[in-house]
Amino acid sequence: MQTPTLFALLLLLVLIAYGTGFSRAAAAARGRGGMRKLAALPSYYGTHTALWCGLPALLLLAVWLVFDEPIIRALIMNGVADMPETIAGRDLLYAQIQNQAAGNLFGEATPQVAAAAERLTHLRSGAQILQTALVLILSVGLGAFAMLRFSPQLRAREKVEKVFRIILLGCASAAILTTVGILLSVLFESLRFFQSVPVTEFLFGLQWSPQMALRADQVGSSGAFGAVPLFTGTLMVSAIAMFVAVPVGLMSAIYLAEYAGKRVRAVAKPVLEVLAGVPTVVYGFFAALTVAPFVREAAAAVGLQASSESALAAGLVMGVMIIPFVSSLSDDVINAVPQSLRDGALGLGSTQSETIRKVVIPAALPGIVGGVLLAVSRAIGETMIVVMAAGLAANLTANPLESVTTVTVQIVTLLVGDQEFDSPKTLAAFALGLMLFLSTLVLNFIALHVVKKYREQYD
Amino acid sequence: MTDLTQIQVRERIEQRLASRHRKEKLFRGLGIASIAFGVLAVLVLFTDIISKGNGAFVQTAVKLEVTYDPAVLGIDEVDEESLTWANFTGVVREALRERFPDVSGRSEKRELYSLVSTGAPFTLRDRLHANPELLGKTETIWFAADDDVDTFVKSLDDSAEGFRGRTSDQMAAWVQSLKDSGELKKRFNTTFFTNGDSREPEQAGIRAALVGSLLTLLVTLALSFPIGVAAAIYLEEYAPKNRWTDLIEVNINNLAAVPSIVFGLLGLAIFINFFELPRSAPLVGGLVLTLMTLPTIIISSRAALKSVPPSIREAAMGMGASRMQVVLHHVLPLAMPGMLTGAIIGMAQALGETAPLLMIGMVAFIVDVPSGITDPATVLPVQIFLWADSPERAFVERTSAAIMVLLSFLIVMNASAVLLRKKLERRW
Repeated sequence: MQTPTLFALLLLLVLIAYGTGFSRAAAAARGRGGMRKLAALPSYYGTHTALWCGLPALLLLAVWLVFDEPIIRALIMNGVADMPETIAGRDLLYAQIQNQAAGNLFGEATPQVAAAAERLTHLRSGAQILQTALVLILSVGLGAFAMLRFSPQLRAREKVEKVFRIILLGCASAAILTTVGILLSVLFESLRFFQSVPVTEFLFGLQWSPQMALRADQVGSSGAFGAVPLFTGTLMVSAIAMFVAVPVGLMSAIYLAEYAGKRVRAVAKPVLEVLAGVPTVVYGFFAALTVAPFVREAAAAVGLQASSESALAAGLVMGVMIIPFVSSLSDDVINAVPQSLRDGALGLGSTQSETIRKVVIPAALPGIVGGVLLAVSRAIGETMIVVMAAGLAANLTANPLESVTTVTVQIVTLLVGDQEFDSPKTLAAFALGLMLFLSTLVLNFIALHVVKKYREQYD
Repeated sequence: MTDLTQIQVRERIEQRLASRHRKEKLFRGLGIASIAFGVLAVLVLFTDIISKGNGAFVQTAVKLEVTYDPAVLGIDEVDEESLTWANFTGVVREALRERFPDVSGRSEKRELYSLVSTGAPFTLRDRLHANPELLGKTETIWFAADDDVDTFVKSLDDSAEGFRGRTSDQMAAWVQSLKDSGELKKRFNTTFFTNGDSREPEQAGIRAALVGSLLTLLVTLALSFPIGVAAAIYLEEYAPKNRWTDLIEVNINNLAAVPSIVFGLLGLAIFINFFELPRSAPLVGGLVLTLMTLPTIIISSRAALKSVPPSIREAAMGMGASRMQVVLHHVLPLAMPGMLTGAIIGMAQALGETAPLLMIGMVAFIVDVPSGITDPATVLPVQIFLWADSPERAFVERTSAAIMVLLSFLIVMNASAVLLRKKLERRW
């Protein structure tokens, strides 16, 4: 049976199980003279049976779906006589076998492929039958088992609630699973990368040109994986962005929190937040087509040479993107400063700006620093703006009018398109991803810690 | 003596006071300037996009007299088979030659043929397929002009010379003569909404990307909303204070700030390389975006649960309800509007996301409209990214127009979130 049909059948069985459990409990209640003779409401008995009937079978089906392809592949490939040496060769062979089995292989298949394809067809149909049988037996069997154990004294509600609680815990743990998944996926590929390129060369090398030679005798593409130019490029673009975002964001937050009347606030705040809602690809387009030519012309007007993909254009637009982020975080912390501090300062005769500069800001500083760190982590990880508006060439330069490249740009260029998955070129992207993940992790961790500490101070 | 010092002190204070007030004004001015800068950025961004993009909603069309000549088409009757190989290109060329009879020479003819879109023969095929009785007859059809011609014609409104680009003097003259005789018009660009992607700007549309975005968002919503709400319920209503819960909290807060491209790497390594799910599919895109939006949904759902006053829970518990009954029957319905608002905002975030989808191969050139969540597809932001990279000038306006469509979706979603909050929010 095909998986969707099986799924539908399982759903039907679960509904039947619910109905049976419910009616059985209702009948028992009627026989005993009222609902209060039961340990739980009939709906809980229904759910109890339905859970027995559906949950284990569903879990089995999920595990099956995850593992059947790899297992079938291993079984087939074990039977192949002359196995290709490389991973790519093995992938190709298996793809051929699969196509032959599906009947889309053009031309004549080798006897080995044909035989393997036949076994694949057999295995697949066998696996399908086994899957259907096991799932249905488990479902019906456990459903019947639950019905057999039915008694009016059964504490169905407690049992159902326990299962639900476990499901809730499972959903909450998805966050941990995601983090572990991210770590594992970037870590494994990075380790493979560091086998061919030493860590020190990656971290401290000054040359970045990830073109690998396809043939041994090819000239000029030996591949150099020194990531320093990428790190400096990322830092430069982020620094330009922060140079725009921090003063503007902070000053608008101060104005909105301390000076602005209700009506100005009601208009200006949502308008600034529009900037946060604009997709980054839109900013990228804006940076590449409007800001970059503007920067180039402005530089030419004062007699400077600017690249058409300057770090300045990307950084400026990124800064605009981050303004609302800085301003809303600062707004929160400024509002959290107790009014008594302001009143004290004003009472001593300071002007409003002096109160803000000498009292409110120092009091809110930890929170503001935390917010700025979060903004930095965001700038480092921002992808689309730099992909579209910053360059590809890894220049080690301090001139913001030149083109630089960033970590995220390189990840995108290395991984977009069809590539061999075991060349250092693609694996390098994962090593860069690891760097990105770790640096943002540290920044976020510090920032969240600082913000939390600050909140506790005034709570 | 004392009087004198008092006066001196007073003078000094007054002097300082003036400079302090100046500083006050300056500080205030800086605040206003910052806000003005932000507002200006919004205005510039939107006017720039709109001024670039509104041209894409109209398209130049050329009027031609075409004859469905069986001799040119090379067919005798209209059926499925003959339509596939009939020479409709010849018919279009014939029509162009008839309109401009004095054109000779190969290169001139080639320029002449490039006046109309390369999609013109397909228009004819569809016409003949729908009306077989047209064979051998003549009719007047408005064809979409080629993108270079389209760009040229549109630029004529701004300046007398117009933007030439790849349009030669000869072609400009033809366009002028068509324009003078009323055989050139601008019409609403329906192609933009009914077609998939194309290498030819005049045939490129956003339908495939829109459907792809919709499918991806459906997967995201179906997964992230239940999981997010369940996680929020656990953390707010059940979680004991222990290491595991602390770890979950730290992880959620951290994941909310992890760069989106890292989620793409996760999707590539786990969903595509390990589980061997299909590349470029809305299913994988939805899975990646689910992981990305979960923190947002969990955080907003928790806020919604927190805003339900404890007295509701205590009252329900006092009536003998179990913990689960308290949550499902009383707290959850009251927190639902807030959770829905959070979900809409999360979906808006997912709709605009590009970087992680590049990683899982949704950048492929896909013409067909996807019909299921495992079909190859692309999404609107990625389509924008692809078009932004295309060299043709006509793609600039199409990119901007696609951005306008995307932004209007986002505005509608965010506005509905705000309305929902206003309408359903309860103050306790």
